Amino acid sequence: MAAVLEEVTAAGDPGQAVAGRSPWALAGRQLLRNRLAMASLALFLLIVVACFLAPFYAKHIAHVDAFANNINGTTIVNGKKVPLMEAGGGTLHLGVTPIGPTWDPAHYFLGADSQGRDVMALVLYGGRASLLVGIGSAAIACLAATILALIAGFFGGTVDALLSRIMDLIWAFPVILLAICIGTELLTSSNGLQFGPIHIVATSLWLPTLIIAVIYVPYVYRPIRGHVLTVINKEYAEAAIALGASNLRLMFSDILPNVVSVVIVLFPLMIATTIFTEAALSFLGVGVQPPNVSWGTIISDGQQLLYTRPIVSIAPGIMIVLTVLALNVLGDGIRDALDPRAKLRVEGQ
Amino acid sequence: MSRAVRSPLRGRKLYTWSTAVAIAALVGAAGCGGSSGSSSSSSSSSATGAQKGGTYTILANSAFGVADPAQNYTLQEWQLLIDTHDGLVQFNRVGGTAGTKIVPDLATSLPQPTNGGKTYVFHIRKGIKFSNGQVMKPSDFVTTFERQFTVPGPTSFYSGIIGADKCSTKGCDLSQGVVANDSAYTLTINLTAPDPEFFDKLALPFAYVVPAGTSKKLTGNNVPPGTGPYMWQSYNPNSEAVLVRNPYFKVWSAAAQPAGYPDKIVEKYGLPISEEVTQVQNGQADEVFDGDVIPSDRLAELNGAQFVNQVHVNPLTADWYMALNTKTAPFNNLKARQAINFAADRNAYVKIAGGPSLGVPTCQILPPNFPGYKPYCPYTAGSDHTKWTAPDIAKAKQLVQQSGTAGMKVVVNSATDETSKALALQMVSDLNKIGYKASTQLLTGSIQYPFVQNSNNSKKWQVAWSAWYQDYPVPSDFLNVLLGCGSIHPGSDASPNIAAFCDQAIQAKMTQASNMQLTNLAGANELWAQVDHEVTDQAPWVDLYNPKQIDFLSKRVGNYQWNPQWYILIDQLWVQ
Repeated sequence: MAAVLEEVTAAGDPGQAVAGRSPWALAGRQLLRNRLAMASLALFLLIVVACFLAPFYAKHIAHVDAFANNINGTTIVNGKKVPLMEAGGGTLHLGVTPIGPTWDPAHYFLGADSQGRDVMALVLYGGRASLLVGIGSAAIACLAATILALIAGFFGGTVDALLSRIMDLIWAFPVILLAICIGTELLTSSNGLQFGPIHIVATSLWLPTLIIAVIYVPYVYRPIRGHVLTVINKEYAEAAIALGASNLRLMFSDILPNVVSVVIVLFPLMIATTIFTEAALSFLGVGVQPPNVSWGTIISDGQQLLYTRPIVSIAPGIMIVLTVLALNVLGDGIRDALDPRAKLRVEGQ
Repeated sequence: MSRAVRSPLRGRKLYTWSTAVAIAALVGAAGCGGSSGSSSSSSSSSATGAQKGGTYTILANSAFGVADPAQNYTLQEWQLLIDTHDGLVQFNRVGGTAGTKIVPDLATSLPQPTNGGKTYVFHIRKGIKFSNGQVMKPSDFVTTFERQFTVPGPTSFYSGIIGADKCSTKGCDLSQGVVANDSAYTLTINLTAPDPEFFDKLALPFAYVVPAGTSKKLTGNNVPPGTGPYMWQSYNPNSEAVLVRNPYFKVWSAAAQPAGYPDKIVEKYGLPISEEVTQVQNGQADEVFDGDVIPSDRLAELNGAQFVNQVHVNPLTADWYMALNTKTAPFNNLKARQAINFAADRNAYVKIAGGPSLGVPTCQILPPNFPGYKPYCPYTAGSDHTKWTAPDIAKAKQLVQQSGTAGMKVVVNSATDETSKALALQMVSDLNKIGYKASTQLLTGSIQYPFVQNSNNSKKWQVAWSAWYQDYPVPSDFLNVLLGCGSIHPGSDASPNIAAFCDQAIQAKMTQASNMQLTNLAGANELWAQVDHEVTDQAPWVDLYNPKQIDFLSKRVGNYQWNPQWYILIDQLWVQ
């Protein structure tokens, strides 16, 4: 967005020039006025903080190792020591059922999963992984898509055609299937991913992050490229060209600031999308790898307990819903704040 | 042979030649006749007398892949094929340990081999017709055996027939190895070397006779006509398989091929297993297919008193185990292998399997109630080395230190399904307890098994989950197939010796025991027991537990019989 300063003459004080607010400040002010968006932001931040306090919860409140199997373990319920895994009853004693919610934060607040792990601690740790992967992949996708869209839109012609066809190619693959293929290949590779000195092992969170980032680059690339094509024909861009600005200056000083609002609007929405994708991939076993957990892997693990211990799947499910809802509403709020027509609509209310 | 995962039975090696079959992993039959829980080898759920007629409906989560009997290697189809087809010989079609006995089927008797054990002359029964009305002749067997090689499948069972070495999917001429005389109604089979397991192999559905005119190519989902009491009316892997009565069938040997009770057998596909349980509870279907793993929370429901006569639990002659990669560090070191064997908390693995009612901890290769089995567990706390009682972490840590492998990274490979993943995580936990840095590598089931078999991947993992269910009740089916030097095929996806364990001295004893089976079965089993213990001492695996299997039937089903080879005898069930 062009940095335009408004000069306003204050009524009653005609001699004093008051510096106007930048569009960013106006957008920020608009966003702050949007209570729903602010509530969503608060909710999102609350979830982020809670999840990043997972180690504290596990160590100092629940006193558990969230990732270690504890099938033969015990806990305290109503002052009595009870096994975490209860053998089936009747004459056959079929099956083993993990303990359900105790509602005691110090003793398996949400119960145990099928491996005797504290569900509450897992949900918090899972949130860390889901949020890291979600935010990381959205950031990488947005960054890569922005750079590629700038290059494609600015240079046009063959470069644009080539990059756009590559994006079409990635986009043409079924997203989940593509991610499964990439994920399986990397998991079966002895060295994970190797970029020069950078080595990413198969169990690293970077793998699902990069996989998800790659598959969503075209999703972000398309609208940004469209915006670049529009901006490049604006008068100020033509003026900069006429003044002999270099390509880099044109791209990053004149065009980028005017398309970045699109990226900002897309970013929270992309986080929501990537969190969903991470959950789906992890549910299918090609996302976050054990011993790490994510909301998707916890839901997957809880499948076998849907009848007796539905909380194992429901708890991370609720967290996903709240996070995605908060990000979507926040994204809408940002869009309204940055979109003048939306701003007018809000102000008219 | 096989590993059982979600679908039934026999051997994992089928993954190597057929993806479709591979997906429907097998669960082999068992040489144990015992039963546990509410089950018995023969029982009536609620019926009070023989009930002929009706439709018996099985619900299975998925189909068994390609139906051609020359290719399919799943117990899921075999349980149906034994009712529609016959071989020269058959496992006795009764419940209990008697079900492991080989009896003549289309042959009139079991011939004594001649020519030093290399020639078998079978006299074939006359007057038997295929379900298409065609008269069965000895020459039909020539086509049947040649199809074993022209149709991609587990040809190793019959590779000892003269001429088999020159056969391929392009063509096969067994005129020297399988000689039919349609006038005398005899069939002569010539082998390159004596095979003490030849009758067992002939009793498998691969050797069940099909008409001579049957295509030498894969017939896909069209099952060629057979001679059993039922015939295939239809098979669609997306919906159902339907078996109806064969109008040309008559009983010639009740031991080998008795008449069936239901008029129609239907196996429906596609429901989630949890839904299958609900439908059987409601009487909308008769059986949750016994290869489908009932979710643990539904298992708890089946403990209710109202289901006590509908649930049958039987021990399987099978092993669930973690193979240790003997070719790479740290488990190329005997002490490191023994250390993780001491550290493995087998109680935890049993709980993952569904609790003590569904699994029994074990340390050795051969399963209980199997020829050559003598209880042995050197990797347990306490002094009783006949059964596992608890892990011995102190001993394990000591061995790790002695081995000089402490702190090494270990990758535990397993499948992505819930049980396999849980087993892998438990193994990671056990490894970390004794000083290793373990992590998991989880692959989808159809990829995992060929992946760990192929030596090209052997540097990518150190521990691999696997399971094995017997093909037939012979010790070599475990010891030689899974841990023999001859079962290592470098670069192949069909290399069932996943641990790549090869001890020449032990191999020599295996060969000796195998040869002894022809002349001195008791002595051979003694030797097999010795081999079993010696292999266990070498710790190429962490053997976890011997599983048990649940059959959940509807209230109206009676005359339940558990055969160690074929499991539930479907055609012998009564539906009211």
